[in-house]
Amino acid sequence: MIAKAYALFKKDFSSELRTRYAINSLAMFIIVAISVILFSIGNETINESLTGGLFWVVIFFTAMSGLARAFVSEEERGTTLTLQLIASPSTVFSGKLIFNLILVFCMNLVISLLYSALFENFIVQNFSLFLLTFILGNIGLAVASTIIAAIIAKAGAKGTLYPVLSFPILLPLILTCVQLTLFSFDGTSFEEAQFELAIVVGYDVIMFTASYMLFDFIWKD
Amino acid sequence: MIWKIFLFILLVFVSIAGISFPIVENPSAWYQFPFIPGLEENAKIIFFHVPTAWLTVIAFLMSTIFSFRYLRTKNLDEDAKAYASAQLGMIFCILATVTGAVWAKFAWGSFWSWDPRQTSIFAILLIYGALFALRSSIESEDKRATLSAVYSLIAFVTVPFFIFVMPRIMKGLHPGSADDTNAGPIVDFKMNSSMQLIFFLSLIGFTILYFWMWRVGYRSIIIKDKLNKQQIISDKSVQGG
Repeated sequence: MIAKAYALFKKDFSSELRTRYAINSLAMFIIVAISVILFSIGNETINESLTGGLFWVVIFFTAMSGLARAFVSEEERGTTLTLQLIASPSTVFSGKLIFNLILVFCMNLVISLLYSALFENFIVQNFSLFLLTFILGNIGLAVASTIIAAIIAKAGAKGTLYPVLSFPILLPLILTCVQLTLFSFDGTSFEEAQFELAIVVGYDVIMFTASYMLFDFIWKD
Repeated sequence: MIWKIFLFILLVFVSIAGISFPIVENPSAWYQFPFIPGLEENAKIIFFHVPTAWLTVIAFLMSTIFSFRYLRTKNLDEDAKAYASAQLGMIFCILATVTGAVWAKFAWGSFWSWDPRQTSIFAILLIYGALFALRSSIESEDKRATLSAVYSLIAFVTVPFFIFVMPRIMKGLHPGSADDTNAGPIVDFKMNSSMQLIFFLSLIGFTILYFWMWRVGYRSIIIKDKLNKQQIISDKSVQGG
């Protein structure tokens, strides 16, 4: 099953390399979003908590602009039925999830680098806490957005519905991650942040399990 | 019929008692409510605001249960029940948000201040809104039922964070928050027996009201679907003949 999921991921990856649709649109979206924020700030310096919040705002909307492709592209090309024949639902979900995970990690790495270069108050004092938040937050974001992308692809309404459906689901994750990012700016220790970390870990585990269990119903339709 | 009259009397009694019974420093008669520092006269909203918030959660729970049952049986009647429950949940959610905001204006000084409770009710409102947006975007009945069932199940696993975990761990202004100086939920400690009686009567009354409205709601949806199908069949037979 893992080999099959990897094969599916490789298929997506090579077709992505051929068109570079997701990479291009994500990169442009990141540049546009950050430059809009920079324009609106002007010459003023914004404080730490605002920087941490805006960081996750950009991450959320970039994810919303690029991650819906995973299943929508299959529906557009009409390859859904073939996939249903050759692979089990959980394999398909794993393949798509690996692709989205890598996409989310690349995208958020670029956003973090740009933020640390462009924003004065983006100073991480507790780097390991920031790294952990980054990894756990990305996993949660990728899982939740993959399962919502599957719903969207079947619903037929592609663009506008995606952020509407994803936002309430991602809200607990984003609120806690904003809090954890602010902790890492303040240099808070792991002991003090352990409750928030537990929430994020719990969210990831619950979301992962629920997605795998429910994907069958979406896919077999 | 008899329990409709019972419900009517119950809700009338709760409304009159909740609004008109006086709040005094040292309650002696059975109809007097105790004075709760920090809440004062505003405490009376508990008879109307808490039941609506309670029903928001109950409706969401019922909607999820019937969504789950739909996924198991693929019977569209279960989906109608889930949908009717979600509709009611949306109404009660708006009521809870509005009554809470009005109360907050008098108790805290502003309608909205992103207190953890307000954040959580807002998130539930968004989930209900997203559910209806999803439903309205799909034409096919089976597909609509399946996808909205999956969505409400996914939403249900994230909601406990909001209603049950977050308001209790985060510092907030809402009675019952983590740093509430009244030490513990006001239901146990600050209300006297008459206040508790009216409060629980109100909860029971509103819950019966919900189940009654829900029954009417899902039956009307099922009948509407059936009539639509008959209409389509008779139209076809007219065209064929």
